[in-house]
Amino acid sequence: MKRSDRILNEVKLAFPSRSENESFARMAISGFVSQLDPQIDELSDIKTAVSEAVTNCIVHGYKNTLGIVSLTARLLVGNEVYIKITDKGCGIEDIEAAMTPLYTSAPDQDRAGLGFTIMESFMDSLSVKSKPGKGTSVTMRKKLTTRKASDENRRKA
Amino acid sequence: MNVVIYNNNNRCLVELHGELDHHNASCARMNIDMAIDSKCPSELYMDFSGVTFMDSSGIGLVMGRYRMLHEYGGTLYIANCSPSISRVMHISGMNKLATFINGDIRGKYFSGLNDMKGETTDEKIRQDIK
Repeated sequence: MKRSDRILNEVKLAFPSRSENESFARMAISGFVSQLDPQIDELSDIKTAVSEAVTNCIVHGYKNTLGIVSLTARLLVGNEVYIKITDKGCGIEDIEAAMTPLYTSAPDQDRAGLGFTIMESFMDSLSVKSKPGKGTSVTMRKKLTTRKASDENRRKA
Repeated sequence: MNVVIYNNNNRCLVELHGELDHHNASCARMNIDMAIDSKCPSELYMDFSGVTFMDSSGIGLVMGRYRMLHEYGGTLYIANCSPSISRVMHISGMNKLATFINGDIRGKYFSGLNDMKGETTDEKIRQDIK
């Protein structure tokens, strides 16, 4: 968070790393972000990015164990969404390698190795912090086009 | 997620319905692989018209099936992707590996078979995955 950020609303979730909760996390974020009246494609981008981050916690962070995935979402002044997803799992040894497109540590499980790539391209910013043995936290932000601005654009076009 | 598989000689159609994420992908994969292993179709069609959400787990599913088909020279067709699914597909570069098509695949290649002489649907598997 930047010092200049002003929070309009905030929600915090914590759930066990069961794969059923991937769809729960998507529904929850979609319900919360809807307060800002996003465009359909913006909402779908955010849902996809959250799905990737939560799946990473479940598949990689906690591997075959159960742990708690935490999600914090904030609506900021200026039509911006802030999302932080954290696990206390195995952590990432080499973040740079993990973020390389098509890199996966689990090729046998049909993982495409595109999780971070999708988060990066569907959100405005992505930051990953991790400590081996301690866990990983992913922070993403996305500015939404306001309906008003997009209406004006449509009128111009 | 619900997966319906149709076989017609050397063609196989997989219709996917629901949300394609990591949780659902493994069940879908199991069913599709069974069809590929038993029939070795020369053309595999994956129809995404019923898919309401897809993340990179869907890419993993598609890429894995592409590799299986590629091994014996089969062709993969990906049909009816919504704009948001198309975006995910393009990030992965799947558009270079598979042929993207739109239209009524079942109607075109897999229906009305009973009316055709000498050609019958040899199998229709319906599987509901929970």
